[in-house]
Amino acid sequence: MITVNSIFKKFGKLEVLKDFTLNFERGNSYAIMGPNGSGKTTLIKSILGMVLPDKGEILVKGLSIKGSNDYRKYLGYMPQIGRYPQNMKIGQLFSMMKDMRPEIKTYDLDLVEAYELDKIKDKSLGTLSGGTVQKVSAALAFLFNPEILILDEPTAGLDPIAVEILKSKIKNEREAGKLILVTSHILSDLEELTNHAIYIFEGEVFFNDSIESLKEITSEEKFSPAIAKLMQWSLKKKSTTKAMTYA
Amino acid sequence: MLKLLKYALYDILKSRFALIYTVFLALVAISIYQVSDDLSKVSLSLMNIMIMIVPLISAVFATTHFYNNLEFIELMLAQPVKRSQVFLSQLFAVIIMLSLSILIGFGLPMMLWGADSSLITLLAVGIILSAVFTGFAFLASVMTRDKAKAIGISLGLWIYFSLVYDGFVLYFIYSFADYPLEKATLALVMLNPVDLGRILMLMQLDISALMGYTGAFFQKFFSSSMGLLIAGGTLMVWMLFPNFFALRVFRKRDF
Amino acid sequence: MGPYIRIFCFSLIGLLAAVEGHSAVIRLVPGQSIQSAVDKASPGDTLQITAGVYKQSGIVIRKSLTLIGEGYPVLDGNMEGNVLIIAAENLTIQGLKIINTGKSNMDDSAAIKFFDSKNCVIKDNILENTFFGLHFSNSSGMTITGNQIHANAIREFEVGNGIHLWKCKNSLISKNKVSGHRDGIYLEFVTKTKAEENYVEKNMRYGLHFMFSHDNSYIRNTFKNNGAGVAVMYTKNVLMKENRFEENWGSSAYGILLKDISDSEVIGNVFLKNTVGIYMEGSSRIQFTGNTFRENGWALKLMASCDQNTFRANNFTQNTFDMSSNGSVVLNTITENYWDKYEGYDLDKDMIGDVPYRPINLYSVIVEKIPAAVMLWRSFMVTLLDRMEKILPTMTPDQMIDQSPKMRPYDYG
Repeated sequence: MITVNSIFKKFGKLEVLKDFTLNFERGNSYAIMGPNGSGKTTLIKSILGMVLPDKGEILVKGLSIKGSNDYRKYLGYMPQIGRYPQNMKIGQLFSMMKDMRPEIKTYDLDLVEAYELDKIKDKSLGTLSGGTVQKVSAALAFLFNPEILILDEPTAGLDPIAVEILKSKIKNEREAGKLILVTSHILSDLEELTNHAIYIFEGEVFFNDSIESLKEITSEEKFSPAIAKLMQWSLKKKSTTKAMTYA
Repeated sequence: MLKLLKYALYDILKSRFALIYTVFLALVAISIYQVSDDLSKVSLSLMNIMIMIVPLISAVFATTHFYNNLEFIELMLAQPVKRSQVFLSQLFAVIIMLSLSILIGFGLPMMLWGADSSLITLLAVGIILSAVFTGFAFLASVMTRDKAKAIGISLGLWIYFSLVYDGFVLYFIYSFADYPLEKATLALVMLNPVDLGRILMLMQLDISALMGYTGAFFQKFFSSSMGLLIAGGTLMVWMLFPNFFALRVFRKRDF
Repeated sequence: MGPYIRIFCFSLIGLLAAVEGHSAVIRLVPGQSIQSAVDKASPGDTLQITAGVYKQSGIVIRKSLTLIGEGYPVLDGNMEGNVLIIAAENLTIQGLKIINTGKSNMDDSAAIKFFDSKNCVIKDNILENTFFGLHFSNSSGMTITGNQIHANAIREFEVGNGIHLWKCKNSLISKNKVSGHRDGIYLEFVTKTKAEENYVEKNMRYGLHFMFSHDNSYIRNTFKNNGAGVAVMYTKNVLMKENRFEENWGSSAYGILLKDISDSEVIGNVFLKNTVGIYMEGSSRIQFTGNTFRENGWALKLMASCDQNTFRANNFTQNTFDMSSNGSVVLNTITENYWDKYEGYDLDKDMIGDVPYRPINLYSVIVEKIPAAVMLWRSFMVTLLDRMEKILPTMTPDQMIDQSPKMRPYDYG
């Protein structure tokens, strides 16, 4: 459903993505992991069209996204920290988002209802707490029933009840056959929400397989130690390649 | 585009800054009207505000506004809308807000206590300079990734155009005083939007002195609508050009 | 005795005839020759010229006649020479419309040209497309009033002066309208003459131009939008009162240019929107009182060659520059004027500012040297410079000071 075809991206001298290739298939839920600065965010932003790759192409539903904005109607995006115009009211934000996709007439209001956002729709966004802002972001991401969901640290800042509501919503959507990309530092969340692990290290795909095979390869029973092992391996590989180049 | 602009405007017009700025301008205008005994003295005093303060506030506010809205801009970019629309809606919202503040803050006192053609020109100059410096601010903002740096560039451009540039021109005409300099000076003035706004005002307030120039060209330039058209047209170019470049950078920029 | 009586009787008859002729009215219709009517007329006769076109020029009059037009008959000079040439006393010309004189600088073609005349009245005539309008030489006691003199030349050398007096005295020039000529009113060696309530605009060179013309007064005239304003030279004892000098724009245009004028008074005049309100050089002992200088580029340009002039109780408002000078020696008195640029205070509430006002600012000195610099006027940079100069005067003459500036403008209407 999304094909990332050997993209390159440099920020100044820093090469963030190198010949990066990945495929995301419908009905799967991907955990995108990697240390800070590994290129996760750049990857997501490239898919969203916020970062423009230097080389290579990204296809969404078989069509290149270059110079296109229309494909974004298939995407629901929940940013890590949502910041909205201070003086806008929640209700207005929702109607603005709806205005931007006039062709969609039916809305997925599950999260709006679960978070009771209707009751505070006349509140200005500038007055909301961080958690409420996250609820707004989550509700917006699901509002248009998009085929692809991109969730950047979705559970950060939410209270436990809200987290459970969001998680079950994500699981529902996955079962409904949608493509879901999640980044998170909370490994338990990832284990619960995703069936496919992608580990990015220094701009390259270090691991890309189902969570079962991840456990198998690392011969760990549980998700977290498996990831920990993956991280160790990646660091080791780095030092060996370094050693090799020095030799 | 209009939808985006509608919401962006709604947000910015309700901001505390819009209110403070309007009230500030109104207070300035009211106090000037109170102490000045005739209209041309009013336009002289208001002119200094228009030429100095309005560009400064426009530059600083537009830069801060851009950075404060950066996350929101990013969210917009993830929606099925064109980048240029996201940019233009933010830009126009800022320009419209700044212009409305001038129109209300200066315009209401004018309606109360009277205005002449120089004051009307002044309003137009203020609005155009707001747009020009918003353009500079947005250009500085899209070209850097650091708010402080962008504000620094905006401030630098403001100091350059309202002070340093004129210093250079003065130095230039002082050094080449023995040559006929009128045309060169006029051309140099055209390269500075603040000076252009000032010349438009001079044509209202100091036409008698400007007519002291030798040469039919200047007689014609300053006394007919030709000068007004050329100066106004060049100001329009100044209004379009930084905004246009900012848009170009914005379309290619990574967020 | 007989012959004497006979002579006496003849004289008496002649005298009677003359008295009878005084009341004689001769009517002329188009087609008749004015010259032959003049030749036939006796002194004191009235020629009544009825409406219509008379294509005649070079008409010479040497006796006391009254020429009166009925319904503005047109005397068309056919572009040849002068239309009327007069050397007479007690002559009146009224209600004529004279057009199309010759265009020659050689004989100074004029609509009406007077030589060696006395006590004539030229009243309510209309002059169009004339080279000179009214031209007077060596005459006195002329009354020139209510005439409308309009030329429409494009270049200065294609036209003469509207009202031109040379070596005349004791005359009155009033309520005339002059436009489109080289100089509106030109006086040379003219003395004891009054010019009142004339409206002189859009002439190529000067609205009023005089030299060597002493003891004259100019009252309530308007000189507007003339090529170079008003220029007066080499004269003493002039009174200029309540005139208006407006919109004289250009690189060498002045409300008034005073050159070598002395012992004169300039009172209650209005100088509005001139490039330079008053430019003076070589002038001394002139009193400038109660004048209003408004919206001029420079209200005053006072050259160093001027001395003992007094500027008292004038209003200076909205001028780009109040004053400039080419020197630093100050031998003139400037006092009790109102300057709208004055920023001082009046703690003792006597309506006179407590700190003196310096009418010359730094930038006007710079602009005096480099005219192009005016384009930076009112920029922040220049305002800063001027402020610094006010605190620490270095370039501006520090004696050029009004020690008692008024806090409020005088009410001169």
